[in-house]
Amino acid sequence: MIVRVFSDGQYRIPDDAQARLHELDVATVEAIDANDEGAFKSSYGALIELIHANGERLADDDLAPSDLMLPPSDITLEEAREEFTGEGLLPD
Amino acid sequence: MAGLTGRMSTIVKAKVSKVLDRAEDPAETLDYSYSKQLELLQNVKKGIADVVTSKKRLQLQETQMQQQVVKLDTQARQALAANREDLARVALERKQSVQTELQSMDSQIAELEAQQQKLIDSEAAMRAKLEAFRTKKEVIKAQYSAAEAQVRISEAATGVGEQMADVGLAMQRALDKTENMKARAAAVGELQDSGTFEDLTQLGPGKDDIDRQLEAIGAGGAVDDELSKLKAEIGAGAAPTQIEASTGGEAAPAPEPAAADAGGDHDDASGATP
Repeated sequence: MIVRVFSDGQYRIPDDAQARLHELDVATVEAIDANDEGAFKSSYGALIELIHANGERLADDDLAPSDLMLPPSDITLEEAREEFTGEGLLPD
Repeated sequence: MAGLTGRMSTIVKAKVSKVLDRAEDPAETLDYSYSKQLELLQNVKKGIADVVTSKKRLQLQETQMQQQVVKLDTQARQALAANREDLARVALERKQSVQTELQSMDSQIAELEAQQQKLIDSEAAMRAKLEAFRTKKEVIKAQYSAAEAQVRISEAATGVGEQMADVGLAMQRALDKTENMKARAAAVGELQDSGTFEDLTQLGPGKDDIDRQLEAIGAGGAVDDELSKLKAEIGAGAAPTQIEASTGGEAAPAPEPAAADAGGDHDDASGATP
């Protein structure tokens, strides 16, 4: 599976890391729902760490589309909330 | 996946396909989007140049505020040594608020620099992808049937489209930070102008109300000193312990008010440390 971390790059993630990735993703959303800055930072930080530790970075000129996309690693809780409301973070 | 990653993916994919579906030929669409994107990047570069000016202004303000912190700290010690806890408290409160402002300035400047760097990286990746795309689409056209080529080119175009979305977001965040920085520089400037950080820029003879009150104490202390020395000469009554402590270390016994004042400052600074 290919994962893109915005403002970072694309990574090829092995199958065995995907379950953990999903867990951390769920924990991140729970932290956003609870408006818990500390929990958000630690779970999203762990998710990014997991990708960096297990993923193989694709070259900049690789044209493969990503299966999964993540906001930048330094995203704030407030920005993450925006991602779930209205138009999301991306500008048109 | 219903998490944050799933949400982000859905939004990006929708936006990318919206862009690519505009024309029959995704390559054409990409060329069009790319030129638009380049225009936007030019604007960002202008914005970043603007912010360098604001940043320099903030850094200058930062230096002045650091000096203000040192000064307020000295004032607090002097006030405390003179038993003016109320005055010391005022000085420390101001020191706190200047320090808080300083810390947030530091992180603002660091964040902006990080955003700029990310924008530059994302843009470089986009240029690399687009170059690869231009080469690859010709190879695909030569190798596959028209229908198959269309599918493969679309897939590669999606990869480039994602990168465009990436640059778009990096740009948006850098611009937001730039705006914040400008607003902040202006706000701090206004505070200075309105005198909230009264003597921030006065490195010379600038005096605030804490200074004036401390001076009044200093003058009073000099009189007390002289009085206690006189008392000692006559041998009548003991001077208060605090005065004894502050004059005890002085080598010069001459009751000269100016010297006593300056010496008092010295002793106060070290004596006030708990």
